[in-house]
Amino acid sequence: MEIVVLIKQVPNTTEVKIDPKTGNLIREGVDSIINPDDTHAIEAAVSLKEKYGGRVTAISMGPPQAVDALSEAIAMGVDKAILLTDKPFAGADTWATSTTLGKAIEKVGKYDLVIAGRQAIDGDTAQIGPQVAEYLGIPHVSYVAGIESVEEGRIIVKKAVEDGYQWLRMPFPCLITVISEINQPRPFHLARLLDACREKAPIEVWNLADVGLKVHQAGLMGSLTQVIKTFSPKSKREIKMLNGDVRSQVRELLSQLKQKKLI
Amino acid sequence: MGIWVNKELCNGCKRCLKACQYNAIELVEGKAFITDRCTLCCACVEFCKEKAILSDIPPREVPDFSQWKDVWVFVEQRDGKVLKVGLELLGMAQELASALGENVVGVLLGYNVASKAELLLKYGAQKVYVADSPELEAYSTLPYTRVLTELVNAHRPSIFLIGATILGRDLAPRLSRRLAAGLTADCTELSIDPQEKILLQTRPAFGGNIMATIANRFSRPQMATVRPGVMEAKEVADPKGEVINVDTHIGPQDLIVELIKYQKEAKAGVDITEAKVIVAGGRGMGDKEGFESLWNLAHLLNGEVAGTRVAVEEGWIPQSRQVGQTGVTVRPELYIACGISGAIQHRAGMMNSRYIVAINKDPHAPIFQVADWGIVGDVREIVPLLAEELKERLGRG
Repeated sequence: MEIVVLIKQVPNTTEVKIDPKTGNLIREGVDSIINPDDTHAIEAAVSLKEKYGGRVTAISMGPPQAVDALSEAIAMGVDKAILLTDKPFAGADTWATSTTLGKAIEKVGKYDLVIAGRQAIDGDTAQIGPQVAEYLGIPHVSYVAGIESVEEGRIIVKKAVEDGYQWLRMPFPCLITVISEINQPRPFHLARLLDACREKAPIEVWNLADVGLKVHQAGLMGSLTQVIKTFSPKSKREIKMLNGDVRSQVRELLSQLKQKKLI
Repeated sequence: MGIWVNKELCNGCKRCLKACQYNAIELVEGKAFITDRCTLCCACVEFCKEKAILSDIPPREVPDFSQWKDVWVFVEQRDGKVLKVGLELLGMAQELASALGENVVGVLLGYNVASKAELLLKYGAQKVYVADSPELEAYSTLPYTRVLTELVNAHRPSIFLIGATILGRDLAPRLSRRLAAGLTADCTELSIDPQEKILLQTRPAFGGNIMATIANRFSRPQMATVRPGVMEAKEVADPKGEVINVDTHIGPQDLIVELIKYQKEAKAGVDITEAKVIVAGGRGMGDKEGFESLWNLAHLLNGEVAGTRVAVEEGWIPQSRQVGQTGVTVRPELYIACGISGAIQHRAGMMNSRYIVAINKDPHAPIFQVADWGIVGDVREIVPLLAEELKERLGRG
């Protein structure tokens, strides 16, 4: 079984702070991690390989330091990793990102299954998986909470939906996006992590030409959407702070609510 | 369009070979030769002293989309029941369409759902396309994508809104890629730029720490998904419009993903998105017993109890009552936040409530930034007192 797993390195958003003066993100001192859903994608890929044989290739698009995420993927049992890094990849929306990832998967060659995390915590779009599948012209199932069986070139997956679960069967090649419910990611294999840190890891670096794209097809230039401004979330409300002893505050609140016909 | 070498001018100096970071130029018979590794970055053009490398790559232009009109809403149904989020999006679509001078169009897919089209008219659609077919009864990505692609290509809407449910977050990206249309996920605000007449899509990023406004200038339709509860459904006084049944052309290639089992689970708890009043608690409630006072207050107000992620993780309330980024988005008439500091992830799920009361011991808690009334103090003292005073007031009639 040939499996490609798509991963993204993200800032740990639970630690992200906003500069109150500029409204910009303060990224200094914020850890970069493998996107949480993607660690479940890696685990799913590696455990399928252990069961059915084959090879797992991890692909990530990002800045040069995203190599750390790929080293960690290798420490979890991925066989080979490819880092897509180049200036023209920067500023990509999900259209340009799915083009770039799709091209890279095609270059990897034959594959049975592509696995991605459902969504990344920095963007939360959940778009890349389905868009890559459409680019490749293969079926997909998103929100996968379990892999039931693999046989005769087909896979049966369990998908989480709002009102329960669906079991879906589809032929290879296909793509799934997984949610955290699917498994418990294994810890890093220490020796493999050390190897990766000593630059012995099987990580290739591909640029725009390597994946076979032109500058106007990738990154900001190749994107259909553009961010035109960013700002800190602000409330338009004017708060009225209530004063006095506790009982009079409570009474005041209730008469305010009464005035607005809320009680 | 491209880049090429004028062999007459090329003197084989190899400067361009060094300039090219993609190793896409070779020397063939003493002249520069551009291989198919070329990315059209044009770095070599300026490096050539002989001006032997030429390119005619035009700058990127915004195409003419004047033929693309109307605001479309995909209205999701589940087991034949129209989801509220679709009606909320029709409410938003009315505003956008009026700013553009265009029409609101609802799109409904399913089996034996034609009778639901009237509901879409009632909530502001001026035209409804219904695709009614057994293959569309339960959602499946490929058949839905097929039908919607044909509809969009035939009628060219300028805007296409889809609810960010699990279905919408599966369908929208697949459809957008097939249509070669830009897509913005989980928008919290939508408006029309008065000059350019394009859709401005505002959404949270980095876990809600920052808001980004996104434009989709280079493709149509301008696609966006919106989470349930963010927009407001608006009934129209005088619903009228046409309902058009459309033919579907679903082929075997669209049916390769088979649904073999569907296990519906009765979800524990209630749908708090329907509540008019919500009494919510966070870490400040201290423990499960602290939450008792919230249940009591909610009961007096005919409301529901909700809470933050912490409250769920501590086991004080079930997951179905979690409000925020990883929970549900609510917009009740009244939201009473008790012992909630107001992390952005929580605020994202409740800041569109009509009126907000915040009770917290920390006067600098961010929850006060989004509240209409604030009380600084101990929730474990204030909430029971509030219930007591309310009870007395209600008793007085």
